Amino acid sequence: MTLKKVTDGTHCGKTFFIDKLELEHLIAHLTSSGYTVVGPKVEDNVIVYAEINNLADLPQGYREEQSGGQYRLSKSPNSNYFEFNLGPHSWKQYLFPPEAVLASAKRSGNRWEFDSSTEENGEFANKFAFLGVRACELAAIGVQDRVFAQGTYVDPIYCNRRSNSFLIAVNCTTAAATCFCTSMGTGPSCSRERENEFDLALTELDTGFLIEIGSEKGAAVAELLNSREPNEIELQAGKSLLARAVSQISKQLNTTNLRDILFNNLEHQRWDEVASRCLACTNCTQVCPTCFCSTVTDVTDLTGEQIERTRHWDSCFNLDFAYMVGGTVRNDRRSRFRQWLVHKLASWHDQFDMSGCVGCGRCITWCPVGIDLTEEVYAIRNTPPSKRSLPVQSSDQSKVCAVGKVRS
Amino acid sequence: MNAYSVKKDWFEPPRYKPRLAVFKFASCDGCQLQLLSCEDELLELADKVEVVHFLEATSHIEPGPYDIALVEGSITTHHDQHRIYEVRAQSKVLIAIGACATAGGIQALRNWGDHTEFLRAVYAKPDVIDSLSTSTAIADHVDVDFELRGCPINRYQLLEVVISFLAGRRPRIPQHSVCMECKRQLMVCTAVAHGTPCLGPITHAGCGAICPRFGRGCYGCFGPAGQANCDSLADNYLATRSNTQTLVPLLRNFNAAADEFRETGDRVDEQSDSGVAK
Repeated sequence: MTLKKVTDGTHCGKTFFIDKLELEHLIAHLTSSGYTVVGPKVEDNVIVYAEINNLADLPQGYREEQSGGQYRLSKSPNSNYFEFNLGPHSWKQYLFPPEAVLASAKRSGNRWEFDSSTEENGEFANKFAFLGVRACELAAIGVQDRVFAQGTYVDPIYCNRRSNSFLIAVNCTTAAATCFCTSMGTGPSCSRERENEFDLALTELDTGFLIEIGSEKGAAVAELLNSREPNEIELQAGKSLLARAVSQISKQLNTTNLRDILFNNLEHQRWDEVASRCLACTNCTQVCPTCFCSTVTDVTDLTGEQIERTRHWDSCFNLDFAYMVGGTVRNDRRSRFRQWLVHKLASWHDQFDMSGCVGCGRCITWCPVGIDLTEEVYAIRNTPPSKRSLPVQSSDQSKVCAVGKVRS
Repeated sequence: MNAYSVKKDWFEPPRYKPRLAVFKFASCDGCQLQLLSCEDELLELADKVEVVHFLEATSHIEPGPYDIALVEGSITTHHDQHRIYEVRAQSKVLIAIGACATAGGIQALRNWGDHTEFLRAVYAKPDVIDSLSTSTAIADHVDVDFELRGCPINRYQLLEVVISFLAGRRPRIPQHSVCMECKRQLMVCTAVAHGTPCLGPITHAGCGAICPRFGRGCYGCFGPAGQANCDSLADNYLATRSNTQTLVPLLRNFNAAADEFRETGDRVDEQSDSGVAK
């Protein structure tokens, strides 16, 4: 097939039709071009993201049921590949890996010899092709691009992995009960309005896929597939499936004036109420596709001959996270939950000119006790704050662990 | 390649080798065996410290004082109640290791039972047995400089604690939940996906989330995490995926007498007695 260039002189925006089995060729082409193809796969009754070698690895005929603190996978009467929405994993784990070695050095006489082959120095061979990136996830990658690649401090590991990645988006044709992308303006369908967000975007019909080209890189790969122009029925089917997804979204987050509302309610009694339920277990931040906090530790071996500086995912829900000289700054669950929510939905705007939430709903599903941030925001927005006596002495404060005084 | 020169005397071995002692109270020895399990690092450690009291390794013992004392086990007898004072008096730094030493261990289940009844049932001549009616943590008796959790403890954490005290820095032992270790390894949440009553969200990290890795729920052998919200987890599990018959024994396990687990376990137990929750 030869692609005809559309009016703006590129292939971008053009939509074709491919058979379902053509996805096998797509995976094969990407693999032979040196990409590690990563996509959805069933593991332990959950759809996770893992390396995909062929079409059989994809979760064909599965659907999920999600609600606060609950996720169940079930067989679907259909044999579609992308009838589910989102599992606990996100592409963050590939672009911003949970653990990374930043530097390592060996003692040599009275000198330190630094290993120059670290990923920070660009030594990283993997190119990832992400298969099945949802609209909210594209938005999340956009948020992390802003955080890691566009500020004063650019993260070399992220930038390296991100610039080499190939994004195959998938438009959602169903929605989970925890989805609220329409409120955040991020989905459920992938749009090309934000430039170069995806390389290819798929819409799964019963008969095949509509494949939209989002970049020149995507066009080069699409050229290798057996495709044809879609007919009117297929285009209409695609549109109605996207409309179905929109109609299935029931959860809402009213973002009108949200930043100011949160900042004006920092002493709202709802924070106490939610702190009584919050476990501060960090699950919400770990599954969040935009949360970017990490901690850096230097580790030596026993002899002191070898040192390594590593970076791990961290979380604002951890006591150690805000530990400074003299103690922990946010010393109760109330202040840590408030920090997370207010940062995500309010101060993120000041910091990055955007919201930190993309409406994927992972934090709702994977919270063991099902705390729903949309409900918390609703409560803060719609119940008048009661006067709160300050300062609050939490009973938790006596249990902080520090060297020398484990129990006070 | 970068190279930074370092002052030469920085590398000179200390003239004095710190003296390390290991003491056992009511316990199974599993935690102190973790020290011997550090096979690769053992020689290097022996190079850094002089092990002067470690009965599990050698019958040669030396009197105190000690620079670092690792104390395993809980206090369950009058004799031990006095012995721990002696150990404390002889030790610059006292580190309690394991669930027994930090929370009373599995034997703290006696705290809920009838001690004299136990003695009668177990021993032919209970009157010759001198034991306390409770099993309590070391910190309930003497000042403790650091508590290392786990049943058993993680040997790499033990090394980290010993090294950090030798170096005079804060041990890098995070007090967050097991969930964080689980999620960092990208494992599937067994509580949310399978409905397992997993104690991961309230349990202290350190095990590497070994149980969830094999598809079973965490049963809290590292004790409560920092500021663990056990009540919220218990209430939610009772409502969604568990019952008091499962939850009470789950909380009353190796760390039954740890404050947070004990308080919530007792509350849930009272609920089951009064028929509020089943």
